[in-house]
This record gives sequence, C-alpha cells and structure tokens, in this order.
Amino acid sequence: MASSRAGWWWDCKSHEALGGLRAEQEGGERDIPVNRAELSMKLYCLSGHPTLPCNVLKFKSTTIMLDCGLDMTSTLNFLPLPLVQSPRLSKLPGWVLKDGSTFLDKELKECSGHVFVDSVPEFCLPETELLDLSTVDVILISNYHCMMALPYITEYTRFTGTVYATEPTVQIGRLLMEELVNCIERVPKDQSAFMWKNKEVQRLLPAPLKDAVEVSMWRKCYTMPEVNAALSKIQMVGYSQKIELFGAVQVTPLSSGYALGSSNWIIQSHYEKVSYVSGSSLLTTHPQPMDQASLKNSDVLILTGLTQIPTANPDGMVGEFCSNLAMTVRNGGNVLVPCYPSGVIYDLLECLYQYIDSAGLSNVPFYFISPVANSSLEFSQIFAEWLCHNKQTKVYLPEPPFPHAELIQTNKLKHYPSIHGDFSNDFKQPCVVFTGHPSLRFGDVVHFMELWGKSSLNTVIFTEPDFSYLDALAPYQPLAMKCVYCPIDTRLNFIQVSKLLKEVQPLHVVCPEQYTQPPPTQSHRTDLMIDCQPPPMSYRRAEVLTLPYKRRYEKIEIMPELADSLVPLEIKPGISLATVTAVLHTKDNKHVLQLPPKPLQPPASKKRKRVSDDVPECKPLKPLLSGSIPVDQFVQMLEKHGFSDVKVEDTAKGHIVLLQEAETLIQIEEDSTHIICDNDEPLRVKLRDLVLKFLQKF
Amino acid sequence: MEWSCRCPLAMTRECSRLLPRVCAALADPRQPGSDDTSLEKLLDWFRELKALDPTMQLLQDNPCLTEFITSVLALPEPSPSILSFTLRLAGILASSETRFQHLQQENLLLRLFGRNGPLSSAAWEDASVRSGWVEGVRSMMDHHPALHFLCSGGGIDVIFTLQGDPSLFVASAASQLLVDMLTLSVEPETATPLSTKDCDWPACARMIIKRIEDSLQSSSASHIEQSLKLLTTLFGRCTAPWTVALWLGMAEKIESLLTEETVQAQHMLANLLLNVAWSPLFCDTEGSFWALVTSALERLTPVQVGPLAVGLLKLYKCPQDVKIQALTVLLQPMDCILRAASQPLEYAGLLDESVSDPIAVESLLSSKSTCATVLCQTLAHLEELLSLICLPVDLPCTSLLRSLMTILQFCNGFLRPASPLGSTISRILINCFRVQRSALDVLAALSEQRSCDMLIENLFDVLLAYLESPNTSPTVLKKTFQATSKWLVRLQELSCSNSQQQQTEKILEDVFLVLQKRLCSPCWEVRDSSLEFLTVLIKHLRDQDEFRQSLLSSEVPRLTESLLEDPESYVRASAVTAVGHLAFITYFAPESPAEGNQYNKENTVAKLQEILSTDPEGFPRRAVISIFTKWLRQGCTGQLEDTEQFVSRVVQTVEHDLDWEVRLGGLELVQVFCTQTICQLSLPKCPYAPVSSAVTSSIHQDESLQIFCRAKLFSFLFRSLCDCDKPVGQRACNILLGLSNSFYPISTLQVSQGTEESPVEHGIAWLERTLKQGSLAQNFPTDGGNGVDFQDPESMMLALGTIDFIELCYELSKSSDYVEKSPESLLQDILATAGAIEENEADCY
Repeated sequence: MASSRAGWWWDCKSHEALGGLRAEQEGGERDIPVNRAELSMKLYCLSGHPTLPCNVLKFKSTTIMLDCGLDMTSTLNFLPLPLVQSPRLSKLPGWVLKDGSTFLDKELKECSGHVFVDSVPEFCLPETELLDLSTVDVILISNYHCMMALPYITEYTRFTGTVYATEPTVQIGRLLMEELVNCIERVPKDQSAFMWKNKEVQRLLPAPLKDAVEVSMWRKCYTMPEVNAALSKIQMVGYSQKIELFGAVQVTPLSSGYALGSSNWIIQSHYEKVSYVSGSSLLTTHPQPMDQASLKNSDVLILTGLTQIPTANPDGMVGEFCSNLAMTVRNGGNVLVPCYPSGVIYDLLECLYQYIDSAGLSNVPFYFISPVANSSLEFSQIFAEWLCHNKQTKVYLPEPPFPHAELIQTNKLKHYPSIHGDFSNDFKQPCVVFTGHPSLRFGDVVHFMELWGKSSLNTVIFTEPDFSYLDALAPYQPLAMKCVYCPIDTRLNFIQVSKLLKEVQPLHVVCPEQYTQPPPTQSHRTDLMIDCQPPPMSYRRAEVLTLPYKRRYEKIEIMPELADSLVPLEIKPGISLATVTAVLHTKDNKHVLQLPPKPLQPPASKKRKRVSDDVPECKPLKPLLSGSIPVDQFVQMLEKHGFSDVKVEDTAKGHIVLLQEAETLIQIEEDSTHIICDNDEPLRVKLRDLVLKFLQKF
Repeated sequence: MEWSCRCPLAMTRECSRLLPRVCAALADPRQPGSDDTSLEKLLDWFRELKALDPTMQLLQDNPCLTEFITSVLALPEPSPSILSFTLRLAGILASSETRFQHLQQENLLLRLFGRNGPLSSAAWEDASVRSGWVEGVRSMMDHHPALHFLCSGGGIDVIFTLQGDPSLFVASAASQLLVDMLTLSVEPETATPLSTKDCDWPACARMIIKRIEDSLQSSSASHIEQSLKLLTTLFGRCTAPWTVALWLGMAEKIESLLTEETVQAQHMLANLLLNVAWSPLFCDTEGSFWALVTSALERLTPVQVGPLAVGLLKLYKCPQDVKIQALTVLLQPMDCILRAASQPLEYAGLLDESVSDPIAVESLLSSKSTCATVLCQTLAHLEELLSLICLPVDLPCTSLLRSLMTILQFCNGFLRPASPLGSTISRILINCFRVQRSALDVLAALSEQRSCDMLIENLFDVLLAYLESPNTSPTVLKKTFQATSKWLVRLQELSCSNSQQQQTEKILEDVFLVLQKRLCSPCWEVRDSSLEFLTVLIKHLRDQDEFRQSLLSSEVPRLTESLLEDPESYVRASAVTAVGHLAFITYFAPESPAEGNQYNKENTVAKLQEILSTDPEGFPRRAVISIFTKWLRQGCTGQLEDTEQFVSRVVQTVEHDLDWEVRLGGLELVQVFCTQTICQLSLPKCPYAPVSSAVTSSIHQDESLQIFCRAKLFSFLFRSLCDCDKPVGQRACNILLGLSNSFYPISTLQVSQGTEESPVEHGIAWLERTLKQGSLAQNFPTDGGNGVDFQDPESMMLALGTIDFIELCYELSKSSDYVEKSPESLLQDILATAGAIEENEADCY
C-alpha cells in the first residue's frame, strides 16, 4: 500500500517534502503536496476580552469565527440614560481643559472628579480590519453572552456565511439584544459626541478616557431590524450534532454547563481535533452538565471564558447576597440588583425561593423589571431538554422546572416590562428589584439608582461580574446607599481548569494572555493562572497566532480496482511499499485515487485533439528509494571519489556536507536530500549516483 | 451496699446442670457451631470464674470441660471456630498452676499447644486457629510451669514467627505474648530480684533477648520493626529494674539503627525512645540515653519526631536542654513559615538555631503532598502543648502567634510572600481547610498565654477577614468564631487593664457587624455557629459595659430573636439558648439599659413556652427547658411571674413530652426548684443533711410540701419512676430520695409502719406495689385511681416515708438486659440453637 510518509526526493531545487504520494495528473509526474497555507492552523484574535471572545480559526480550507462577544465596558465612560428627567445629571458641569478651553463642555461632563461622555453609549466592536470578514465561512456561538456583536458582523461587514447556535442561545440571545436595543432606543438622545474621539484631543483627557482603546471603532447600538436580520442567519443545532463544513471539517457543539444551551465546540477533521472551550461550568446549577469526555485527545484546545472573579466562590457569594438582602430588608431598606434578564437570575430566584421563608421575608415583594422579563421567565421553563437532570425530571411530573413559577403564582415575584404602567400602581416598599442593565448606564436600573441612592437604608447588590462596580457607580457619586459586591460567576476557576486539562490532556493549549499571569492586583497569587505542560500559548487583541500544530496527514480514498492492482514489496519485516499510479480526484475536500484511464490509441486522423480529450499521459515511473545515508560512510565514499575538501556540519534536522572547492552543498535530512550546485549538471549527477548507492530501489 | 455482694457470674447449680449438654453440643461436629458472640461470652464467663477461684474445683465439679477438650482433639477435622475456642478455653483453664498440672497430666496441653497439635495440622492455615493458639498461651502465661512448658517445647520459635503473621490480630497478640513471657521469665521464682548490672538472664529470657538482638542486627526491615515494636510495648508496660539492664544491652544497636539510613525503621524509634524516657527507671541515667534522644531529635524528620518531642516536653524529669531541643524541633515548621513570609531582616524567625537540617523542613513544606500534613501535625502538637496547665518550657508566644497569623493569611491568599519559598507555600496552602482549622485551634489555645498582646490588633484583622470572607467554609468559620470568642475575652481583660477602650469598641463593633450578616446566612450551619458564638460571648462578657453597649446597639439581639422561628431545628435550638442568655442582659440585668425596653420580655417568654409545648423537634424543646432551668437557678424567674406557677406550667408541659431528654430536663428544673424552696424555707441547704431542729422545720416542711403539691410536682416525679427511659426514672428516684431524706431524717423514717392501714395508706401500698412492678415493666397506670392523690400533702408525705427509694434506685440501676445477661441465659441460648437442630433431625426421621 502507499505510504504517505516514507519517501525520498532529491533535486537541485528545494520542494515540499511532506507527501509521498505520486500520481499521474494532467500528463505530468507530480508530487501532490498539501497546500502550504493549509498546513498550519491560524488563529486571528479579534477581541482581547477573555470572556467576550471573538476569534477566527483558519483550519484546512475553512475559516471559522468562534463567538462574537461585544465588549460593553466602553459604556462605563458615558453618562447614564435616565428614564425620566434627572435634574442631578442635567446640571452636571461641563468639562474644561486645563488651559481653560471649553469646546468639549457639551460633550464631556464632570461628576465627583470623574469625566463622562454625555452621549448615547457606544460599544467597542471586535477587530474588523485584521482579516476580510467576507472570507469567514461560519460563526460558532457558544452562549448567549458571546453573540452580542453578531449584528455588527453580519450586517456591517460583507459576511455571507452561516451562524450556528443552539436554540436557547438564539432565543435568549434575542432577548438580551432586544432589551439592549429597547433600553437605548427608548431614551433618545439628541446629542452625539465625536470631538473627544479625535486622537489629539483624546490624549488631553483624563483617565480612563485618555486610555480608552480604539475609540474610533466604537459604535452606537444596532437596531431591531439589524438584530432580526442577524438572527435570521443562524442555523439552530443540538448538542452532539455533527455539522459538516464543506467536507473538510466537522463541527459539533457540546454542553458546557454554564447557561441554557451554552456549548463548547469540537472542530475536527480526520486527523486533527481542535476543541473550543468557552464559558463552561462544573457547578450543578440549572443547565445540562458539562461534557468533558468529548474534549479528550484534542490537538489544540482553545480556552476562553473562565471565571472573571477567580477568588470568589459562587456558593459563598450567593450566601453573601442573601445575607445582605435580608439585612437590608429587615432594616426597612430596598434592595436593587442590577442584572441581565437571564442566567444567574434564575439561580438567585431559586435560592431566594428556599431562603425567604427562613429569613422572614415572605411578605417582601420581589420585582423583576425588564422589557423581556416575561419572555425570559417563560422561556426558561420550556427549554426542558437543555436543563440539568433534576429539572428535566420535574417536567415529567409535571411541574415547572424552576421554582420562580411558584413565586409568581403566589405573587411573591412580580414582573413588569418597565417602571411605567402597572408597576407604579403595585410598587410597595421595602422591596427587592431585579433589573438591568448591570453597567448602570441604561435601563430601568438608572431610575432606581437615582431614586434610592440617597438613603443609606437601601442597598445595591452587584451580582454580575462583567463590570467593575466602582466604575459602574462613578456617575452616581456621592451615594448614600450601601453597595455590596457579590459577583456570581459560575464559570471554571483555575483549580477546575487544571483538573480539566489533566483529564483531557490536549497537546497544546491556547488562551488569552490574561490567563497566563496572575491578576494585576494580586500578583502574588500564582495559583490564579493556567498551569499546564507545555505552557499555554497566549493571544491578545489583534494578534494572529500560528497554532503550534502542523497538519501532517490527509485522508485519501483508494478505489477498490486500484487497490487490487497494487503489488506491495516488503522492504523490511512488516513494512511493504507499493508504487501507485493513479488519478487524484478532489472534490468537496474529499480525495479519491482512481485508476488512470487506459492510454489512448494514437488518433487515426490527424485532426488536432480537443482539449477535453487531453487525458493524462502515462510515463514510465522512476524507481522509488528508501533507506538512510550514513554520513561518515558517505564522506569516505566522497573522499574515495576524489573530493578532498569535504566538510560536515550538523544541523537541527540532519547534516550538511560541503564540498568547498566545488561550491556544492549536499543537505541530508530525515526525509529529504538535496544537492545544491550551480550549473554543474555532471557533478550533480555524479553526486546523485553516489547518494543512490546507499539507498534501496523498488 | 447490699447489691454489690451479689455475684451474678458464679457457677450456679443450674449452670452446672446445663454445662455438660452445652459441651456436648459444641463438640458435636454435626452442629453448625454457635455464633462467635456466644463463644466469646462463654469465654468471658470462664475468665470471670477463673478469677473467682484458682483451685481445681472448677475442673473437678465439671469434668465435662476436660471431656470437651478431649473430644474436640479426637475430631478428625474440627471446625476452626471450635478449635480456636478450645485452645482459648484450655489456656484460661490452665492459667492456675493446679489446673495446669491437671491438664498436663491428662496430656491435653501438649496435644493442644505442642508441636504435633493444631500447629502441624491443616487447620493452622486458618487465622482464627492461630489466634486461638496465641490467646490460649497468653492466658496460661501466669506461672512459671507454663513458661517452661512452652520454652521446652519450642513454642518460642512459633511465637516469633507469628509476629510476622499476615493477620494483624495474630501478629499483635504474638508480640504482646512475647512481652508477657519475657516479663514472666525475668520475674524470679524466688524472691531475689535481678539487679540492673547482673545480666545473668534466666534461660527463657535469654532466648527471647537473643532473638530480639539478632532481629535488630538483621537486614530485614520487618524483623527490625517487630523487635522495635516488642521493645516499645515492653518499656511502655514494664518498669521493673531489669529493663535498665535490657536497655543497656540494646542501646548500641538502637543507636546504630538511628544512624544507618539503609534501614527504614526510624519511624518506630520515636515511640520506643519515648516509652523508655517515660519509664521512671531512666530518671538518673547518665547522659548516654539523653544523647541518644538528642540524636533522634536531630535525625528524624519532623513528621516522625513530633510525638517524641511532645512526649519529652510533657516529661518532668527530661533534662532542660533536651526539652529545649524538642521544642525547637516542634517549632521548626512554624519558624520556616515565618521566614518564608517575611523579608530577610523583617523578623528574626522563631528560632535562633535549628536542631535538624532546615532544608529538610523547607523541602517538606514546599511539597504539595507533605506541606499540609506537616503543618497539621505540628499544629496539633502545639495545641496539645498549649492545653497543658503548666508549660514545661517558655514558648516564644509572640513569634508563634505571628507564624500562625502568617499561615492563616497564606490560606486565604491575603499575604504577599517575600520569598520564592513563601510563594510556593502560599500556593499550596490557599484554601486548605485542614490547615486553617488546625491553625485556628492553636490560635484559640494561645489566647490563654499572656505574652502575645502586642499583636492583638493585627490578630483581629486576620480573624475579621476570616469572619467576613464569603469563601470561609462553615467548619472553618466555626473555628474562627471559637478563636475570636477566646481572644475577645482576652481583649476585654486587656481593655480593663490598659484602657484601650477605643480599640476594643471598634473591634466589637466590627464583630457584631459581621455577626449580623452571618445570622442572615442561607447556610444553616453558619447561622447555628453564629448563635453559639453569641452565646459564648454573652456567657463570658455580659458583665462588661463595652460589650453590652456594642451588642445592644447592634441589630444582633433582634435578629437572634427572629431566629426562634428558623425552619432548621438546630438553629432554633441555638437561638433559644442565645435568647435565653441574652435575657440576662436585656431583661434580668438590674441596670437593664434603655435599649432593653425595645425587647418585650413577656413575648419572648411566651415564645419560648410555645416552642416547649409545640415545636415538632426535640432540640429546641430541650434548649428551652435547659434555659428555663438556668433562669430558675439564677433566680431570674421571679421577675417574670410567680416562680411556683412558672414551674408548675413548665412541668405540666414537659410531663408528656415524647423526648426523654426534655423530660429529664424537666426533672432537673424540679430538682432546682425543690432545693431552692426548701432552702428558702430555712431547711438545710443540702437536702441530704440531717435537720437541726425537728420542731421548727416541721412547719416549713408542711409549707414546702404544699408548694410542691400545688405545683403538681409529685405526679410528674412518680410517673417518671416508671418512665420507659431509664435515666428519667433514675433522676426522679434520686429527687424523691432527696425529698424523702429531707422530710424524714433517718431517725424518723417509716413512722407509719405498724399502724392500721387507712385509705390513704391503702393507696400508697398500691403505689408501692405499682412502682415495684412498674419500674421494671415501665408502665405507670394512667387512670391515676386507687386512691392516690398526688396533690394531697398528707398522701405525699406518707408516700415519701413509706416507699423504699433506695431499693427502687437499685432496681432502676439494673440494666434492661439484666435477666438476659446471666450465664444461665447464655447456656440456654447455646442449647436452644443446638436443640433446634435436634428437633429438625427428629422431624427428618
């Protein structure tokens, strides 16, 4: 049978020496190399945010975007959008430069020593210049938080591919986008700030505006039509479903245990396997547990979306959340929980369901205010197949999988699309309000911050880890209400990652650079970084990585008739070789070796052949060679043949034999031998023959 | 006392009658064999009989015993359990010299324990037979003829081999047996003791010692270990003067074991040296022994040497320089921690110099597999040391405290280490709960020391960080609470002495703030330990103004009361205890603070009474009755309402409680009430003391009796005598006995005897009969008829005088299996098992 590895080539010109395949094609004898560009895998890193990744993997002939997270921390530089006129915000003084220039005072406002942009909040998009996004074939989405930039990719670039995501991811992702658009569009701002973005101006600004990156790339929020258009490009998939991409690779989503429908992805060909691990969790919260076993034997594992608060144990934080909530309410205060409309809120409500009676909070109303509150609570109850086992079994009883249904039934939890309308009639204090947005820059939360901020009886409890709570609170200063930071991040921590990597044993790990060093504020915590062997390869925004793995094999089918015609020759015990003469058919990334057509009889007429009749012409084969060249003996042989000035140099891959006088170089490597001499064909032939003496022919 | 002379284990006529049938049944190979428990009980009985009578009588009166042994030996293939039983029985019987001679004459002992006995049969493969053999020999090793019998028959070789038996029970018993034999062999048959210098050992001892010496010099680690184990047991058990001679002969070999690194037996040496050191004989030994101990301290690893070091430190006679070395060894890991965490010149560490190689300690601490173990062991030793009433050496308490704080800060990741070693240790220790718990234990123990007050502020920073952190696990939090309470007591003492009031107030404020949060925790363990912490604080600090003010100005009291309705019963129970203690500050304190007014005393008491009568779980009810008793004992209940009514209501509530501990608690309350009432009415304080003046006291007697009757105590007490739970009956009986003694001083007891029986007396006679049956049958008639009025002082006076409460106490002290535990019962059980087979056989034919 044909070996695709063993083989010897020699020539005056260097050439690829990877495949041992020889085939007759289009009338010429050729080695069929695997395209050099296809040999390596490349990763284009479009986002530097470790939990909101956006990377593009070039693998074989496919270009795959892995997630398109939207970094919303840019909004922290903007003033909040109040739902009702806020005298406090509207009276903030404009910012004046040190030299007294006032040209920015309409755009920038000062509040308690911080400067904010007075404009519609803008978002920092993933890099769009690093590669032509029209070449992206597919986008794989791992969870609903990591798809918030999708409309910017599908509607603002020339992307024409398909997006793959699970059903809950699409549905809840739609809710998050809808809420985002709604929150921003319902508070129209007539002013748009742009002068501050001028590079010359920006460097005069105080931090953090001065240090904000790529402000020229910041964009206003997309619109609902754009969201709808983007979502229409998504094809829904189920866990473990195998999706063929052009016959070249197969992608498969696996449960990642982090959120409803959240997935990790396996991208594999016949001989290579890349795992993409995004937000994953090993905790027993509501989603289906993480599928770890399928990640085994990966050549490369791309690891993103670890916990953002590695020192905070989620259980402890939930305890902290409950304790602070109870303390505030017992003292007659209100509790504000800025949150997303899906995700951790389900777990918090479940925890409170068990806790409120014991804490004597049965009579305290819980309000959930979001344009999508109703949909979110209802969706969570219908995605039974995506839930953990316990919750799945409830469905068959039949009972609602989440206890928030009971909280709603008993009127303990009430939900409203906004503070306007019914809510204002039902509103009773003290109460607990769950509402968005966690950045405190838009959404109903802004209203409650303005309303409750002045009383020290009230507490705002931050549970979402995406935003620095101090930055989020900056435009509300001075603030009397208590602030409690209980970030609940169920994603993998470094101990869990370490165990996971030990179990899964990937050959190479690729991760954001933040995971390869301790957090900047805790530089002594060397336990808070990825520790694996070989050390992980790291990336940062706008970098292109050549992944440390080379493709070496390609699967080629051989037709039975052709296989029948092979005559293997045993060159050493257990190893047989045969030469193959065949036609290589390549279509949809599938390669098939077929019998070559029989040589045509010379045309009877002298009529010039048509191009379509131009079938490959079979030429007699040159023999194949095998074996290795012992350098010492080869040098002796050269000396015997009159080459007196032979010098041998060792190289990383083999040896170079120098014939100084003849200015000739013989490069002997494991899988190739090159004779490099300038225009001295007789010398080349002589040297070739000497090399051949050490090799077996067949 | 009368019942102490009764011997329930003697060989009664009935037993003698049953025994032959039992022996026949046991020796019958067709029987399936009694269960091991019965055989063990039978052997226990024979051991008791052996101790009662060393003469031949047992064998003479019961020839079936020798016949049993003979018939078992005649069996071609006895079952291993019967063979093992026979070997052990024979050993027990042969434990007296006369019976030994008799069994020898019958040639039974040689056939059982000699070369040609079970030792050479296939049954020897069974571990129970080997165990029976060793146990049998051990039992008979009470006299020299047995020793000679064994030594002359080559038994010593067998025993040495059995030291390495795959069954650990056999191996251990063989080792113990060798110690017994050596001790017996050296004990002179004549009166002259073996001197320490005269090493002319008796033949048997010489054989054993030679074997031990050979083993110690062999290259086999297992042989060396066996001999070291044997010597360790010997020196731990025997303090005869000849052991000194033995040690002098062995010391050199022991020393070479310590220095030779090829033999891995060092871990056994620490225990041996410790036992030798503890032997009173080595008090005046010249320096060589202590030099060997010192050498061990230097050479053994911290893990191996820890128990030796602690043991030496507890040893009064240990030379001071050795003690200092032992302490240095113990402190080495703590020193290493301190050095690893600080800049080179910041702190000098704990120790001026090391005993063993500091690099070895560093490498143990920088390895993930050993770090936590070494630290936990060291910390456990330090805690043991600190728990001693009198410290044998001066501990560098301040540095130790600093080291402990460092460990705790490593564990929560709050410390930035200044050295690579520190980084490694920190990385290993982060979130290591085991080490956290051990360090907090030592920290708590260290609060008793008076020399670490300098760091108290920093210490509270560390403790508060633990109390506040959501990452602190519930068990670690509990330990933190324990350490914090101890140090808060210390802080208050300091605050009184050096007027550091502001610092104390700030710390207390922080503590109550975090306690407030913890009381709201969704984790019930956390709420529970928070309440326990509060209770401890109140117990120790309730007299301190700063403490009271800080507590009452916080939300803690209100939250505590709200936890009386916690869904978790443990938490409710702890809340009851905490509220009960809190009441001493909020309700009962003479100078009850203004803030106290916000707490409604009546509501709280009503709430506790509601818990006592309605709570579905036992723990909260137990807590309530215990608190009520505490209040009564401290004389606080008078502030609530009339104490008599209070007690009466409580008694009527607990009388029918399903939880015996609650009923027992009720009796304790009754006892306190009775004592207080009798004392208040000028009767002697101790109810058992004789009354000084019968004339004046009789008036008070009447009054107190009327009070007890009105409070309906007697009904509860008499019913409790028949309680199905014995402790309740015993307690009630003790109380009634006390009352009886109070009201009937010995001189006037049973005054009514001999008079004609009145209706009242008739009722009491019935009560007496009922109690006699009832205390056994545990069934008190519920109709309350038969003319006994428990609220009638006259009847009760009569009952106290008539009923023999001492006899009743004896009856109640008998265990419930009194009847079933007798030897007759055991023999009948064995026969019943055999009988069942016989019956089945009859059916078959």
